[in-house]
Amino acid sequence: MNADTPVEGRILPLPNSSTQPFWDATTRGELVVQWCDECQEAQFHPGPLCRTCGGEPGWKVTNGQGVVYTYTIVHQSRTPPFDKLVPYIVAMIDLDDGPRMMTNVIGCPIDEVHVGMRVEVAFAAEVDGISLPFWQAADGGGAA
Amino acid sequence: MGDRTPTIVGIGLSDYPRTPHLDALAHHGLAIRRALDDSGVRKADIDGLLCFGSYGIDDAVTMAELLGINYNYLDGTFAGGTVFEFYVQHAAAAIAHGDCETVLITYGSDLLSKQGRTLGTQLYSSGNRQGGPLQFEMPYGSPLVSGYALAARRHMHEYGTTSEQLARVAVDMRSNAAMNPLAMYRDPLTVEDVLASRMISDPLHMLDCCVISDGGGAVLMTTAERARDLRQTPIFVRGAATAQTHWNISAMPDFTVTAAAQSGPAAFAKAGITAADVDTLMLYDSFTITVLLLLEDLGFCQKGEGGAFLDANRLTYDGDLPTNTDGGGLSSCHPGMRGIFLLIESVRQLRGQAGPAQVADAEIAVACGSGGQLSCMGTVVLGKEKS
Repeated sequence: MNADTPVEGRILPLPNSSTQPFWDATTRGELVVQWCDECQEAQFHPGPLCRTCGGEPGWKVTNGQGVVYTYTIVHQSRTPPFDKLVPYIVAMIDLDDGPRMMTNVIGCPIDEVHVGMRVEVAFAAEVDGISLPFWQAADGGGAA
Repeated sequence: MGDRTPTIVGIGLSDYPRTPHLDALAHHGLAIRRALDDSGVRKADIDGLLCFGSYGIDDAVTMAELLGINYNYLDGTFAGGTVFEFYVQHAAAAIAHGDCETVLITYGSDLLSKQGRTLGTQLYSSGNRQGGPLQFEMPYGSPLVSGYALAARRHMHEYGTTSEQLARVAVDMRSNAAMNPLAMYRDPLTVEDVLASRMISDPLHMLDCCVISDGGGAVLMTTAERARDLRQTPIFVRGAATAQTHWNISAMPDFTVTAAAQSGPAAFAKAGITAADVDTLMLYDSFTITVLLLLEDLGFCQKGEGGAFLDANRLTYDGDLPTNTDGGGLSSCHPGMRGIFLLIESVRQLRGQAGPAQVADAEIAVACGSGGQLSCMGTVVLGKEKS
């Protein structure tokens, strides 16, 4: 699924040794999180070790689906390009596969977004080698 | 060896809220000179320095040089706006342990004159690429205020908290500011005013957000032994504790629980007090939701009952739980890092020097700061008596 939302002008990630695999995956249309075989736990943000046991984490492909944990409607944002995008949604998504991520919920009227809303990932076209993940209402899954 | 109980012996405020003629360094200077005058401490006796500022301008090592402090103890810890409560914890340990005798904690900021009021609606990034964990936030345009809005929304969802209840915090802070001739905004405010102010990041309105001001402050600490020879009523550090749940808001484990749920009980236990013993409370009111969360996490009410607590209790200087008696960050003074003002107002109250906002017979004050985006929490218990 592709996201239809403007990316031009946004501050883009500067990947590091921990985050490069995440951004490599988004360009393939995959949403991945770090996974510790020892703890059987996923983690995000990516870091240099498993935050539970201190071991070396691997990676796991998620199904890209989840629910809105919380959100805000941003009405005032001074920094371009967001000053032109207001009002827009900033939300935290609880992934079915565990961790929580910040995003914009797109593709629906902003007053339809609610805590508990089912959402699925959609990747924006690459800009400067980065494909940003966004989330949108999952098919038939708008119920709280 | 004498009584090494860590004791606050001097406080100084620079001028606020609008001081275009002062830069950050001048705020430091004014506040430090006033704290020296206040206490009777000789500048040459300062052998510990704790401060955080811009590198090369007013960071700890630069300030040691500029102030001419031959230190035995130096701390430039950063933990956002609550770092001054962290400094009290560190300085108290250093003094009690004998690493140093007299420490200076100092802060100065010209944020308003330099930048103006942005209501936390700006993204701070250098260039068009963001490294570190913020690379997972910055592309989505979540300004500072939105982190607090995310917490407020989740609290509303879980506990039914309302915008009216949050607005009560802003209303009470304004009542306190009316008693403070220096406060930035002093005209009375109603819940309706707060709800009618423009929405910044739903559910937070403009009047749910702290002011931006200029300002500075300095605190001098030494041993109870040395305090006997100084000018002011000694105020004892009875307990201090710090904690962190995350740094970047998207890594907050539970958006309705802050690290004050750890630092608060730890500080209270060290001091041998409970919430019921607190005569006056200074909470970092960056946004109204911050105060509600801290009231719950410090144990003034159960988790989730903050809204009902605000319905039933006034936070005014003459109310049920006198909080931020200077008017707080919401109405009086917030130059970017408010934590030092929580300490200074606590000391003013315990000394009986809080003017028209004086709380009668204040014996125990608690200052709880919040740094980052509800990230780092430092809780300090101060008293007229030792533990």
